[in-house]
Amino acid sequence: MNLDFLYFALAAGLGIAMLAGPLGSLMVWQRMAYFGDTLAHGALLGVAIGLWLSLSNDLAVLLTCLGLAGLLIVLQELHLLATDTLLGILSHTALALGLVALALIPGARVNMEGLLFGDLLAISKTEVITIWVLAGLVLAGLGYWWRQLVAVTVHEDLAQVEGVPVRRVKTIQKLMLATVVAVGMKVAGVLLITALLIIPAASARRFSHNPEQMAILGSVIAALAVLLGLTASWFLDTPAGPSIVLAGGVLFGVASLSPKAD
Amino acid sequence: MLDKASLNQPKLPTNGIEPLLSLRGIEKHYDGQTVLDHVDIDLMPGRLLSLIGPSGCGKTTLVKIALGLLKPDGGEVTRAAGLRIGYMPQKLVIDPTLPLRVDRFLQLAEHDKTLCLEALTETGVAHLINRPLRALSGGETQRVLLARALLRKPNLLVLDEPVQGVDVTGQEALYQLIADIRTHLHCGILMVSHDLHLVMAATDEVVCLNRHICCHGSPEQVSADPAFVELFGSRQALYTHHHDHHHN
Repeated sequence: MNLDFLYFALAAGLGIAMLAGPLGSLMVWQRMAYFGDTLAHGALLGVAIGLWLSLSNDLAVLLTCLGLAGLLIVLQELHLLATDTLLGILSHTALALGLVALALIPGARVNMEGLLFGDLLAISKTEVITIWVLAGLVLAGLGYWWRQLVAVTVHEDLAQVEGVPVRRVKTIQKLMLATVVAVGMKVAGVLLITALLIIPAASARRFSHNPEQMAILGSVIAALAVLLGLTASWFLDTPAGPSIVLAGGVLFGVASLSPKAD
Repeated sequence: MLDKASLNQPKLPTNGIEPLLSLRGIEKHYDGQTVLDHVDIDLMPGRLLSLIGPSGCGKTTLVKIALGLLKPDGGEVTRAAGLRIGYMPQKLVIDPTLPLRVDRFLQLAEHDKTLCLEALTETGVAHLINRPLRALSGGETQRVLLARALLRKPNLLVLDEPVQGVDVTGQEALYQLIADIRTHLHCGILMVSHDLHLVMAATDEVVCLNRHICCHGSPEQVSADPAFVELFGSRQALYTHHHDHHHN
């Protein structure tokens, strides 16, 4: 029996898990879950744009997510609306637009469930390589800018006075998030990818004394969730993406029972 | 003979020394409201300048302009060559999801842990180095923030309401510490306060701000200034003695 599909699924899941610690921690600290959701919902629109323009699916989704992140940054700086209202409008508008656009494309046959919840067991070798290349780039970026990212999280003005290019660092962080959401939708779909980033980091909080511990432990917990989820999926024949997120949720529940570190 | 520049600019004592920071004709407007109207301030090396005024008078806006965090709508900010600013923000709110201890907080500004410990020793809180930031009291937090500002080896310290959230005894001790640091490092200090009472003793100069500069001078001059008395009432003005009687 050829088990390649299982190894590919595992490799893809672990590629995203590796980033879930540091990137998810930043999202938790900065309360960016909703921002992540908005980007993820926009990914669906990216699929529609890709079909429409006959672009490669991966490329169209990546460009759409990056573009949407740029748009959100500009809109947030204009201060037209409170951020959560703005995201509330854009997040679900993007989701609805994606669904409508996909329905309007003549002859488009899309696996809607796969887009919404991920289709991990159908992932190809090329897709795994794409995930690892982009995940590797983002991880390098996170490492390079880590201290500045944490400094900006703690106090923006203080960081700015100390010479951190705050605006640039925040933009880079959002573009990295957009990249991970775009490639991560293969793993958990547009509705669950944010959860996959946030739950492990939130679980790691209880055991961490400093930001780096939380980032590393978050990745370990995410990897554990991928392993547990895929195992459950294999033996119980449940969908892979939701099983992984559910495993993360269970790990969070277990973590919540232990005493808090700091 | 007066040249054009000195006609336009109010004369401030410089004694031939270049100011660390010079603000000239600073203006700032928000939604058509004037927040700062032609504010001039010179901060000289080794001097402690207190910026006081009622809340909403534009103190924080002016500090942000001085720090380069905000751009003024008019006027000019000149910084001395080699200026290193140590900044102590008004408050620090750490999200409960962020695990952060004092050592890591300081290491965001300076990698070397020995230097971090030295700065904490200087502000009298070396024993807190391994404590989570969220577990600190108001006074302890302010001292840790001050230590972080010192890590920059500043020649200008900018302290925004440094005694916020500190009890009265702690406030006096903190002002004493700031005065000591000034003597020790010989840096200029720009300090924002709404409580004139305690800052007066250690201050060289006071600028009283209410959108524009109401008055400016030594603590004694300012407290006697009619504009100051009008803004704060005579209770604040009588800073030199403690209140043993009431004015009606």
